[in-house]
Amino acid sequence: MFIDFILVLVLLTNLKLLGSSRLGACIRVAAIQGMLLGILPWWAHGHPAAFRVLGVTVGTVILKGVVFPWLLFRALREAEVSREVEPFVGYVPSLLFGLGGLATAFWLSTRLPLTSAVHSSLLVPAALFGIFAGLFLIISRKRAVNQVLGFLVLENGVFTFGAGVIGETSLLVEVGVLLDVFVAVFVMGIMIFHINREFDHIDTDRLSSLKD
Amino acid sequence: MISALILIPFVAGLVAFIPQPAGRRRLLLFGVGAVHAVLTACCWVQMPDAILGGWLALDALGLLFLSLTSALFLAAAIYSQGYLAEAGGQSYEDAEEGFLVDNAPEAVFIGCLFFFLGAMTLVTVSQHFGVLWVAIEATTLASAPLIYFHRHHRSLEATWKYLLICSVGIALALLGNFFISVAAIGPGQEQGRLTLTELVARGSRLQTPWLKAGFLLLLVGYGTKMGLAPMHTWLPDAHSESPSVISALLSGALLNCAFLGILRATQICQAAGLGTFSQDLLIVLGMVSLGVAAVFILGQTDFKRLLAYSSVEHMGLLAIGAGLGGAASFGAMFHAVNHSLAKAALFFVAGHLLLLYRTKSIADVKGVLRVAPVSGVLWLAGFFAITGMPPFGTFLSEFTILKAAFEQGRYAIAAACLLFLALIFIGMATAFLGMTQGPPGAGAPTPRRVAWTMLLPPAALAAFVLLLGLFVPGSLSQLLHDAAQAVGGL
Repeated sequence: MFIDFILVLVLLTNLKLLGSSRLGACIRVAAIQGMLLGILPWWAHGHPAAFRVLGVTVGTVILKGVVFPWLLFRALREAEVSREVEPFVGYVPSLLFGLGGLATAFWLSTRLPLTSAVHSSLLVPAALFGIFAGLFLIISRKRAVNQVLGFLVLENGVFTFGAGVIGETSLLVEVGVLLDVFVAVFVMGIMIFHINREFDHIDTDRLSSLKD
Repeated sequence: MISALILIPFVAGLVAFIPQPAGRRRLLLFGVGAVHAVLTACCWVQMPDAILGGWLALDALGLLFLSLTSALFLAAAIYSQGYLAEAGGQSYEDAEEGFLVDNAPEAVFIGCLFFFLGAMTLVTVSQHFGVLWVAIEATTLASAPLIYFHRHHRSLEATWKYLLICSVGIALALLGNFFISVAAIGPGQEQGRLTLTELVARGSRLQTPWLKAGFLLLLVGYGTKMGLAPMHTWLPDAHSESPSVISALLSGALLNCAFLGILRATQICQAAGLGTFSQDLLIVLGMVSLGVAAVFILGQTDFKRLLAYSSVEHMGLLAIGAGLGGAASFGAMFHAVNHSLAKAALFFVAGHLLLLYRTKSIADVKGVLRVAPVSGVLWLAGFFAITGMPPFGTFLSEFTILKAAFEQGRYAIAAACLLFLALIFIGMATAFLGMTQGPPGAGAPTPRRVAWTMLLPPAALAAFVLLLGLFVPGSLSQLLHDAAQAVGGL
């Protein structure tokens, strides 16, 4: 029951991200999503008190809920851009896409049957919808910060699947994945800083001097 | 042994960030390159033992790509000595637009080179799909600062595209790993382990739909990194804007590492009886890559982008070779070796041209043979090598792949390959011959010497490709056979 509740909240945060016009709000929503996902493996597997699960949970919550938003807010502050999202695709069409994506996610989840016991039938759709939403955010938004957010949402979607369906893979791999994502966001943050210094804006649609 | 191969670069990477005289740091670069190469050579004598419970181990496939990576890194380390002396200062005149740019500090450059080497080594020794994923993502992150060495707006754009496109691709590959993990969860079994041997052993008991979906995601994800069209869009930008020595490593070593990721996935598919499914997909992507490369090579105006598209072409050939299977798999392995060496040599020479002419425009570079005879000869040799002219090794490997296609009765594929290769030859010949032949022209630079450290690596690599066309050493031939066998070839 509780897992269903978390997963519904995750679905709603994705819809909120698609329809939100303020960058700051988007970062906050993504942070909430990250924290929700952090506690997911804790409930998805029988023994919540296990030290390892607890460690990964705490690590994920701190990283996705605190560190990433902090990095992104810093990039935003440095860049001193207006706090508009500036989409290529408007908010209403984005939301409509979201609904379409949600339907596709549910349909796909019926096509990929899981034999092992899964704790919630919402897991696969929630994961797939997160991936669709992330990809859509990357393509349809101008701001570099938004593209990083899109990447995070995409990664959250993949994480939902991994945490819910696979359960604990192995500590080494989990830590490695977290570390990679952390460094990725960190490096992207630095790049946003440089883009802003070089161009006085962080609109990626104007990064267009290299082409054939 | 394996732990030393991985740990030495990472530790050296940390050491490089400690403030110290530039000379010492460059010496460290050369030293680590040499030690890594020696350790890799030792692996040829005796395969090292697996560590971490079989998660990290070398097999024929891994050793092949490890050797390429290590050899190219050593070449790049030598080349960097001359390159950093020329262009390593704090400010540097941009070749194309003439403004002064700040370079990244040398500590960042050399440190990230070490991390890059460590990450690529980890890719080649990973037997566990999770570790493989972590390592491939780490190569992206370690190489991004290298592409952004010259800090100007074009390199920034290239780095941003590289980071974002590859990260998204690799995030999809992670999902692919999870799907394969689900495929491995048998009835009454809770956990699917993701080591290669275990997955191969489970073979036909893997669940087909999940495995298919997982392979597709891995192919798209790692294919993005490998530069297979239509996911190749980051590649020409990153290769053209990064320093030439980095382009050489990206093209010669990194693309191969991503290819290794795909090969690992095909190994599972073959064990599960889905060989034709994975091979057909590889052939389709390979043909698209060849076609896209042919279109963009014809009429290309920038010689580094030309080389980058040529990498797309050769990655396509590798995919086709692996897709055809049989003797073509052997051809693909051999071609990976030839392409790495030849392409790295070409990018090294492209670095000379950039230093001499201060432009990347093909039309503005004329009479290289007269301005810098050695570079000119190497540029021509590289051209013959990369287009698969005899007696270079590339000729043999391309011939092997095409011959296998004919023997399997896949005439359409073979004919299309030949057509695209001919178009690419025309495009490359126009560019290369125009650059080397003729009088230098009015705006040409005064002839001058290029540092020997920058001449030796491309000369050695080109000589090696030539040698491979005339004679393949027995141990290499054996390794290539073993590697081809691992992916279901002869």
